Amino acid sequence: MIKKLILASGLALAATASAHAACDISSGRVSIVGNEFPAIQTIGKGAMSCAGNGVEVKANLTADHQKINVAGMSGNPAEYTSAIVANSSIVALMNDDLIRPLDDYVAKFGDGLKKNQLITVDGKVMAVAFMANAQHLVYRKDVLEKAGLGVPKTYEDMLAAAKTIRDKGILQNPVGGAYKAGWNLAQEFNNMYIGYGGEFFKSGTAEVTINNEQGVAALNMMKSLSEYMNPDYLTHDSNATSAEWKAGNVGLMNMWGSRVGPLRETEGSSQEVVDNTAISAPMTVGGGAVPATTLWWDGWTVSKNISDEDAEATFKALKAAIDPSILNNETTPQAVWLIDGYEPTDAAKGVFAAASMGTKPYPMRPFQGLLHSALGAELADFMQGKESAEKTLADVEAAYSAAAKEKGYLK
Amino acid sequence: MKHRTFFWFFLPTALAMMLFIALPIVSVVTQSLHTAHDQVIIEVENCGPFGCEKETSVDTAATESLRREQPLGKWVGTDIYFDRGHLATSEVADAWTKSQSMDEFLSTIINLPFYRAMSFTLTYTFVVTPMLIILGFMIAVSVNALNQRLKGLVIFFSLLPMIVTPLIGSLILFWMIDSRGVIGSALQWLAGDPDLSLKASTGLTWIMLMVYGVWHAAPFAFVVFYAGLQTLPQDTLESAMIDGATRWQRIRFVVIPHIMPLVTFVALIQLMDNFRVFEPIIGFNAEAHATSLSWIIYNDLGGETRLLSSAAATSVLTIIGVAILLSPVLVRTWRDFNRKA
Amino acid sequence: MASAAEKQPTGLRFFLYGFVILWLILAAFPFLWTLWGSFKVELDFFSKADWTNALSGARTVAEYGTAFTGTGYEGAWVQEEFWKAAINTAIVCFFVVCTSLTIGTLGGYALSRSGFRYTFWLLILALIFRALPPTTLVSGYLLPFFEWNLWGILPTTIIVLVAINQPFTLWMLHSFFQKIPKDLDESAMVDGCTRFQAFRHVIIPVMWPGVITTGLFSFLLAYNDFAVTAMLLSKENQTMVPKIASFLGTTQTEGNVMFAVASVVSATAPLFVLVMIFQRQIVSGLTAGAVKG
Repeated sequence: MIKKLILASGLALAATASAHAACDISSGRVSIVGNEFPAIQTIGKGAMSCAGNGVEVKANLTADHQKINVAGMSGNPAEYTSAIVANSSIVALMNDDLIRPLDDYVAKFGDGLKKNQLITVDGKVMAVAFMANAQHLVYRKDVLEKAGLGVPKTYEDMLAAAKTIRDKGILQNPVGGAYKAGWNLAQEFNNMYIGYGGEFFKSGTAEVTINNEQGVAALNMMKSLSEYMNPDYLTHDSNATSAEWKAGNVGLMNMWGSRVGPLRETEGSSQEVVDNTAISAPMTVGGGAVPATTLWWDGWTVSKNISDEDAEATFKALKAAIDPSILNNETTPQAVWLIDGYEPTDAAKGVFAAASMGTKPYPMRPFQGLLHSALGAELADFMQGKESAEKTLADVEAAYSAAAKEKGYLK
Repeated sequence: MKHRTFFWFFLPTALAMMLFIALPIVSVVTQSLHTAHDQVIIEVENCGPFGCEKETSVDTAATESLRREQPLGKWVGTDIYFDRGHLATSEVADAWTKSQSMDEFLSTIINLPFYRAMSFTLTYTFVVTPMLIILGFMIAVSVNALNQRLKGLVIFFSLLPMIVTPLIGSLILFWMIDSRGVIGSALQWLAGDPDLSLKASTGLTWIMLMVYGVWHAAPFAFVVFYAGLQTLPQDTLESAMIDGATRWQRIRFVVIPHIMPLVTFVALIQLMDNFRVFEPIIGFNAEAHATSLSWIIYNDLGGETRLLSSAAATSVLTIIGVAILLSPVLVRTWRDFNRKA
Repeated sequence: MASAAEKQPTGLRFFLYGFVILWLILAAFPFLWTLWGSFKVELDFFSKADWTNALSGARTVAEYGTAFTGTGYEGAWVQEEFWKAAINTAIVCFFVVCTSLTIGTLGGYALSRSGFRYTFWLLILALIFRALPPTTLVSGYLLPFFEWNLWGILPTTIIVLVAINQPFTLWMLHSFFQKIPKDLDESAMVDGCTRFQAFRHVIIPVMWPGVITTGLFSFLLAYNDFAVTAMLLSKENQTMVPKIASFLGTTQTEGNVMFAVASVVSATAPLFVLVMIFQRQIVSGLTAGAVKG
């Protein structure tokens, strides 16, 4: 009777209760490290509900997770039995051989995991993905209507639309974008470069090849777009860009799917902006067919340097954490879940469109992160007009090569 | 004091510093002389939610034995210190032979990460340190001349910039100096330029960082100097007055010499702290315009793939930089010490 | 104040007061602004539309009916349990200051009483130790701490903070002890005391002003530290500053930013009290110490 009451009293509680039932762990230690955005908090909570009866579950969800996960999984036994990672960050764990293949566990306890949730490397399951993400177009219906424009399909359309909007005096800086020097700016370059059909590396090697026609075109497109952005764009990360959007200063932007939900909340925004915030598929560029964006997944792994008992407990706890029963009114809009039974919300449209257009996933290459850092450090010079595109790209290549040599990828 | 007694008195603090600073320094130096082993790269097929793809991957099994034999990595000597990310000797030599003019040479050099960071760090250090000493001194002299009852309150407010955590303080200031924030708007109004943005231009960003640096550290200098003023020998001051010294002459010939040792102390600590400038760069999102050695370390350690050796080499360079920077002060201290001994 | 040397002409007086007032505005303005803004909603405090909203609280009125709201404080202290972080900070500060001063006074006293060359080199070495950027130190600690199961707990952080702060403490206390006449403890030793007894019975009673000043600087360091605490403490043991940073996080969720602002104000309040209590000691301590370069 009491149980029934609890079940009826809230969906969140119901989720915990049933997740607990699904854990089926008799003993072991579970300790998770990961990022701290809301969807991952949900996973953390789900795993935590497996605690009790000799099972210890801890979750350390922090923005600094990437700085501590390698060290925290290196010891034996490792402090963390699991790290929640994305396609960019799993490589750091694989490079140091810190995570174990999950094939046996999937076979034994993996009922209900969909094939596309399993991240396999060389045929071995290394992670289980639970959500997807991508950057795509977000636009203001009213602004485009006022300017008499259709929804941009390409970056060239976006530029033209921005010009019209500014010329008509509707918005002074109609384009938004997370162009903060560093990781964000580098990511925008990656998008654009992929859109122009560029290849980052000579096939099968760690030799970088971005100083080419596509690289220059990508940079020039970014520069042209930046002319329609807030002059402080090099300091704007996705938080600042979202704030600009909410303030009603921006009409078009390339934004993460995971950020769209909050853009549609009136808190901190005006009704006008909320009602007119619409999303669309990612844009292409330079006549290419592949959208100028990347697909991302977030998933969990299991440490190598722990006992089999702990590994099993970890797998079961995290499996329970991504059980279809965790989905409810509160958690469903938090992400584009890859979990069975997920009903895409309207906000997920952009990510699905990205996937169906054949968007490339962010490469799971051991040395992609080094190139990303090099891009982040060097591109700001070009954006500020301090040097030519070719010079900047040459600098990026030189910076990458120095780093790749240090990590042993280049001789 | 006998060596033996000294040893026991000094042991606890020495132990703490040995374990938590000296050992890490040794490991940092070792790390900076090694790199990762050559990686064996193989092509594998990766599958995920978005389909399968041929991709390169590291064959960890292949380097496993090598790693076990040499857990520190591959010995490379001082290679890292001279690569492009650090002293970049070959790039500098190359620029020297190829450049037509000094300007061209300099602009090529400034484009290299280490020298770019140094150009900001040194400018920052040499502008901020004297400014904060002067400002701190002025505040100390003014506060000292105030009514006794007001002093307490003034000291308390003066300490605020030092007390508020830089990381959080700069977050709030970052908004205030936004072109729509309160300080940003005030500056636009003052300059009569509605498009003025402190964050968009390199020059203004540098000035902003330096103003913040002075603002943040001036209270430290103020507290130290104010304390020094309390011990000012009144009789010297009065005899100077009887001799007809003006107010300015009294400050110049009595007050300043009296607090000179304190100025040295503040300079020592602040030169070091300013040379390691880091938090304002992060707080103000100023990476595009200004970098420092500490920022390079942070960036090397914060990427998807952490560059441990590179960060270690930059750390050693920072220590050497600080040692060079402080050497004049240290030589002075050495002389003082010998005179006393 | 009545001494002839201090008498000021009116013009100078005006100038002095003017300068002090200008400085006070510069020093206190951002904090007062934050204090005022912490009772507003985020859209007012970080107003992109019009900065005067931060003063009038236009959106706060729209949302709560009054121009002031304690939601930020309530969210931080009640919902996010900021008080836990406050307790952790209190523990860390207390032990850092005590340990730091205990081993620092012993070391500083020894340095000031030994005339041998090596004391100079020890002081220089301490200075060089201080030059290593904390980021590097911390990333070096991670691996061993995880391996030995020392990561994430308060004692580890306390010891690390003590060690990192030792160079500064040693320098300050060393110069302070030099100002205490050597005759004091030496005459005690002539009377038959051991070195330690002399230290205990003669030096300790007169050293407090300098020790309190040094303690305040140690306290500030422990209180404000981010580099060490953010990386070495697990979520449940977090102190205030990393907790505030975690309110912001990588993806700022609505409202959390105001938790951070409210916590910043809350975190500064105890410092005010401390400064007010110890203001006299800070100054007199430094005076007696008259730190020498």
